[in-house]
Amino acid sequence: MKERQIKSIAVTAVMVLAAIIVLVPFFWMIMTSFMKTGESFAYPPVFWPKKFTLEQYTILFKRLHFLRDFVNSFAVSSLMTICSLFLNSLAGFAFAKYAFKGRRFLFTSFLATMVIPAQVGMLPVFLILRQMGMLNTYWGLILPGAVSAFSIFFFRQYMMTIPTDLIDSARIDGCSDFRIYWQIILPLARPALVTLGIFTFLGTWNDFMWPLIVLNRDTMYTLPVALANLMGEHAPDTELMMAGSVVTILPIMILFLALQKSYVSGLVAGSLKE
Amino acid sequence: MAKKTHKEVMQDRNGLLSQSSVPYIFVAPSVVLLTVFFVIPVITAFLMSFTDFDIYSLANLHFARFTGLQNYTNLFSDPVFWKAMFNTFYFLVIGAPLTIFAALTAAVMLNSKLVRFKSILRAGFFAPVVATLVAVSVVWKYVYDPHFGLLNYALSFFGVSSHDWLSNPLWAMPAIIVFAVWKNFGYTMMIFLAGLQTIPETLYEAAEIDGAGPMQRFWRITVPMLAPTTLFVTVVTLIGYLQLFAEPYIMTDGGPVDSTLSIVLLMYRQGFRYWQMGYAASLAFVLAAVIFVLTMIEMKIQGETRTA
Repeated sequence: MKERQIKSIAVTAVMVLAAIIVLVPFFWMIMTSFMKTGESFAYPPVFWPKKFTLEQYTILFKRLHFLRDFVNSFAVSSLMTICSLFLNSLAGFAFAKYAFKGRRFLFTSFLATMVIPAQVGMLPVFLILRQMGMLNTYWGLILPGAVSAFSIFFFRQYMMTIPTDLIDSARIDGCSDFRIYWQIILPLARPALVTLGIFTFLGTWNDFMWPLIVLNRDTMYTLPVALANLMGEHAPDTELMMAGSVVTILPIMILFLALQKSYVSGLVAGSLKE
Repeated sequence: MAKKTHKEVMQDRNGLLSQSSVPYIFVAPSVVLLTVFFVIPVITAFLMSFTDFDIYSLANLHFARFTGLQNYTNLFSDPVFWKAMFNTFYFLVIGAPLTIFAALTAAVMLNSKLVRFKSILRAGFFAPVVATLVAVSVVWKYVYDPHFGLLNYALSFFGVSSHDWLSNPLWAMPAIIVFAVWKNFGYTMMIFLAGLQTIPETLYEAAEIDGAGPMQRFWRITVPMLAPTTLFVTVVTLIGYLQLFAEPYIMTDGGPVDSTLSIVLLMYRQGFRYWQMGYAASLAFVLAAVIFVLTMIEMKIQGETRTA
């Protein structure tokens, strides 16, 4: 029994040490973001500010328009999540519960698109958006990515478990199909909505390549694009860049910690279904 | 909305609802968006890869001419393309096994009954996965800084002299690989953890009674039982790593001397900086072909293990 306890402490200690090593960059980022300009330029590296200051954050929000970038990121991610959940759950519902001609063909076609990487279509999508005047708009960021074969598949699998009789009896009561979807199916599919909602929000918030291509007007920048741009001009200002990273990462970390359970269960479900 | 009689709302044999137009209306928005923003663009990109579509064509489509296989022959005779191809595979061949190995180690240890604070540790290892790639790339650029970076400081305890990691053509790619392992292993770890939970405890108990040591149990039970999971994470990791982009974009801009230039970064440059869109499209299709081949190999292996 004693030996087991010692073993347990030793293994736990190793894991805690590993976790500390993994998390050190985050700790350093947060601490450096509260330093005065130039304070981090020292050897050995500084892990604690002499005096906590909001200097960097003031520069970011007052001079460098990070609030605007934050609002852009938040708006794009929220709109994308709403659109994506609506469109994909509606399609998933049709595939799960309706018999119709071309059902198999359409569903297989959706799944087949997952084999082709998004970068392949990027050049023409850029041209199409340019033609439609949607470069530098939220919609230019949202519409090309709103439909996801993975989400449709996920919703379909989930909705297949909802008994069809439930829908049937609602129809007998004279409920329209859209109302059935809206008032019966969606509330029942809540776990799937939450999981895919977090996936979509996180994915959109963190996305870089597509916003980099679609946005070239700084008033429309999302946080990752703004940060990458800032890196071009302010790379020597370590403290400022660290503060910019904190502003970008923090909201998404809070969201993740709050909804960790649904996120991880979705992650795992995606892998087991393969 | 008119009331429906019972006859109209019957289910078919598979428990599916029969309705003439409703399902089409429900899938229509998705089909339209996917057609406009995926199917048509992919076909267009394919056609584009056989043209000299460039900045003049951007002004007026009629300037684009069909040039046959010109882009592809140019590509295959361009040393920069081969450099990018080499770099991408260097990243992949070293980075993917390291990521999977780190993930498996962490998962097996976290699964052990001996470890405490499991949920906190798991969240800690997973944090880099959730963090915005661009932001952590910025942070790691400073981790690698030759003057005040954390890496040089940590290595100094082991007697390793200071390096300017990202400015050295020899070390820039290994630095990006280490960063990528840090960023991604938590995801794979989560999948492995789920896989480990499906292995019945009785297998280990039986093996223990038969006198199998911990190493034997790991190699004879854990590894074979995790084979399908491993195959899945391998494919996901390979496909993800083939699309290496933001890390070199932020940390090195593909340099020094193209030592971290990846296929997607080259495509981005050719397509959206130099507007050589025909050329960039051919690059995109080379990438797609590689991913397609990898996926096919995966499906074949999966099929074989299933019949075996």
